[in-house]
Amino acid sequence: MNLTLAQSLTQTHDEMPSLREVFDTVTLQSGFNTNAVIVAASLLGIAGGIIGAFALLRKRSLTADALSHATLPGITSAFLIASAMGLNARSLPILLLGATISGILGVLCIHLILAYTRLREDAAIGIVLSVFFGIGVVLLSVIQSTATSSAAGLNHFIYGQTAAMLTGDAILMGSIALIAIVIAILAMKEITIVCFNESFARVTGIPAGLIDGLILALIVLVTVSGLQAVGLILIVAMLIIPPAAARFWTDRVRMLIILSALIGALSGFVGASVSALLPRKPAGAVIVLCAGSIFIISMLAAPARGVIAQLIRHAKLKLRIAIDHTLESKYEYPEHHPRTTFSLRVLLRLKGFTQSLSPSSALSQSGLARGRRVRRNHMLWEQYLVSCADIAPSHVDWSVDQVEHILDDDLIARLESEIRASGLDLQEISP
Amino acid sequence: MISEQLRQYISFDLFPLTSAVCVALSCGLIGNHLVLRRQSMMGDAISHAVLPGLVAAFLLASSRSPMVMFLGAGASALVTVGLIELVKRLGRVEPGAAMGVVFSVMFALGVLMLEQAAADHVDLDADCVLYGQLETLFFVAPTTWDQLFSVDTLIEIPTQVSTLVGLTFLVIIFKLAFHKELRIASFDPGLATTQGIHAGLITVLLMVMTAACAVASFEAVGSILVIAMLICPASTARLCTDRLSTQIKLSAIFAIAAAILGYLLASFVPEMLGMPSSLNAAGMISVVAGSMVAIAAIASPSHGLIAKSIRQRVLRNTVAIEDLIGLLYRAKETGSAQSKISSIAPAMTNINTKDINQIIQSATRQGLLIHTNDSLELTDAGQSAGAKIIRRHRLWEGYLVDQAGIRPDNVHDIAEQLEHLPTDEPDSDTQTDPHGRPVPPHSD
Repeated sequence: MNLTLAQSLTQTHDEMPSLREVFDTVTLQSGFNTNAVIVAASLLGIAGGIIGAFALLRKRSLTADALSHATLPGITSAFLIASAMGLNARSLPILLLGATISGILGVLCIHLILAYTRLREDAAIGIVLSVFFGIGVVLLSVIQSTATSSAAGLNHFIYGQTAAMLTGDAILMGSIALIAIVIAILAMKEITIVCFNESFARVTGIPAGLIDGLILALIVLVTVSGLQAVGLILIVAMLIIPPAAARFWTDRVRMLIILSALIGALSGFVGASVSALLPRKPAGAVIVLCAGSIFIISMLAAPARGVIAQLIRHAKLKLRIAIDHTLESKYEYPEHHPRTTFSLRVLLRLKGFTQSLSPSSALSQSGLARGRRVRRNHMLWEQYLVSCADIAPSHVDWSVDQVEHILDDDLIARLESEIRASGLDLQEISP
Repeated sequence: MISEQLRQYISFDLFPLTSAVCVALSCGLIGNHLVLRRQSMMGDAISHAVLPGLVAAFLLASSRSPMVMFLGAGASALVTVGLIELVKRLGRVEPGAAMGVVFSVMFALGVLMLEQAAADHVDLDADCVLYGQLETLFFVAPTTWDQLFSVDTLIEIPTQVSTLVGLTFLVIIFKLAFHKELRIASFDPGLATTQGIHAGLITVLLMVMTAACAVASFEAVGSILVIAMLICPASTARLCTDRLSTQIKLSAIFAIAAAILGYLLASFVPEMLGMPSSLNAAGMISVVAGSMVAIAAIASPSHGLIAKSIRQRVLRNTVAIEDLIGLLYRAKETGSAQSKISSIAPAMTNINTKDINQIIQSATRQGLLIHTNDSLELTDAGQSAGAKIIRRHRLWEGYLVDQAGIRPDNVHDIAEQLEHLPTDEPDSDTQTDPHGRPVPPHSD
């Protein structure tokens, strides 16, 4: 039962795993230790996803980066102190305790810098990150120069190494992640309110400062639980990428948290499985790349906020504006022919606005109607800007062209009545 | 002949120390603008994200020549900067998160590529990217001075060192040539644009220089020192001055001091403590730079905690004395030339009862009042000082009622604060305040 993954890895060969092995691994049938690692990584993904969503809403994404780097001096001091006291310096709970303490110290330092100096948050984060990590690196060199036993094991905390994880380690990390998940779910309502409206939270009696501290404490928990599997440099990705990817799909916080947790879980699951199946695939890197792929897909393909959807919307709007401009000018000056591209003429013909494909084609009935409507909107808006918005008349035409395409029917009706009420002549532009 | 000790020093310490100073100086100078623009974490992102470029360059060219590595890392850094901007703009992702997404994915890619490279028994170490190998930059110094300055020796200088020296000169030239543009673009991009300076272009140049610093430094000192040096000296200087030019000069001094001090601590302290080998110099320099921030935060003459609390104390004292003199003046107005301390104390609401004696003492020292037994009496100087403060108080009351439309019974507390402001008194020639009490005449 206590077989390490490293041993199982040495037994696997360099070629691709068989389908059978893949199936066994992803359905959690390939040995207790592998299962424990996969389950722990998935739990870590869920915890990172949920807590990262809060961090994103609170704009604390990079604080998590400083925090995870700040765990290194804790790990190395714990190692030094434990070996000085004659304890087993590599015992995971001791190292994680050290990591937690120095992570919290890092948070405190950021807080102190922000509260008592004029430095901004980005500088505070950078200072804590580099200085704490620097202390860690110095202590690491102390360990390397004094300890007879090599400190190689400590490197796993920097880059992450599932291969060396024992079942007990996996269970410990999974439990920490589980605790973080439970706390986050219990306090979800309060955290959400603080994230969105701090002063409202204060008024309703929610201690905003305490909740902020809770979020940071949860970030420390996630960092600590992912140290061995993902490593302290990449753990921040578990907190940043899933919520950032989920944000493309939804505007609702509940949905954001659920999606973010799912993306985190999927990344953790795939990362740990791939790492178990293939040689030389560090779980941390695979987990992050998996989450990164989901992020790229989300950024491109999400329906409302995705890049492709935005591009399509933009193109549609440009097309509509081009059509409206052409129709308006043909309606206003029937003998003057605006310059049009061939594709635009095809489109106009297809929509039935013109009678032929030639640049000098006359408008059809529906083309005339649409042209008149655009002209009317144009003039309405022009009148509105002059009479109601105090724009100098010489500037009017410029802004009209920008906005005439976004008027909706309700606004037009309101404008008409407003302009009629101010006694202006609407004769010319009546439909 | 070069003495053995000096030869030792040149062999083992000269180049690491030169590299450390060069990194510190170039990053420290560039960092000023990153800190001002609140983009400090850009250095962090870039220096992590060079890893895939390094590995790719190494695998493609299969050489460890610094030029190849430099190109790979540089390409990687520019891709990172571009991607961050892309994610921020197109994806409308919050800047911090955009940075985090891009650099962690790039670093993960690098780690994965490194593992694959390791499979082919390639000797490439991710550790050196992170915390540097300053100590490995030694060369075997010749035994005579003539040989030391010969061309043969100069060729022996590690490429990392010459790259860093070149970079430092480049950064200094960049800073001198674009000082005005950098300054305007950092503080007010809009103004820069109206003056015909392309703020976006300056930002791109700054990012390119940041990337160059990160890339040139990675092998010698590791990314951790780059991050520390981009942020810490500039932050320390920012805590000491409000002027950009002073800040830049101070940051250069702090950066060099941190590099030298950190290096000395790392290489000589362990020897003194009898430890077998030296400590990681890059880490130690970061720690020293961080300590400088802490010291400046506490002891800086302009923005330090101590200076701030002293200024606060002095101000509180001045306000308390003004309040005390005002109270005595009012008492005199109603007919009592002397006042008992016991009757004054409860009226001084801003001051702890136990501090009252100290306030009375300093007012006495300033010759504002005479303190006999338990009673206080204003001197002539105190009388005119009191008249001045009460005049301001009553003029402010009148102003608040006439100009701000506040009811007469609500103006006292506000005027109680306004009377201490060092601004001009309200312009008015009324003889009485809203409560009908006389405004003391102007005393000149």
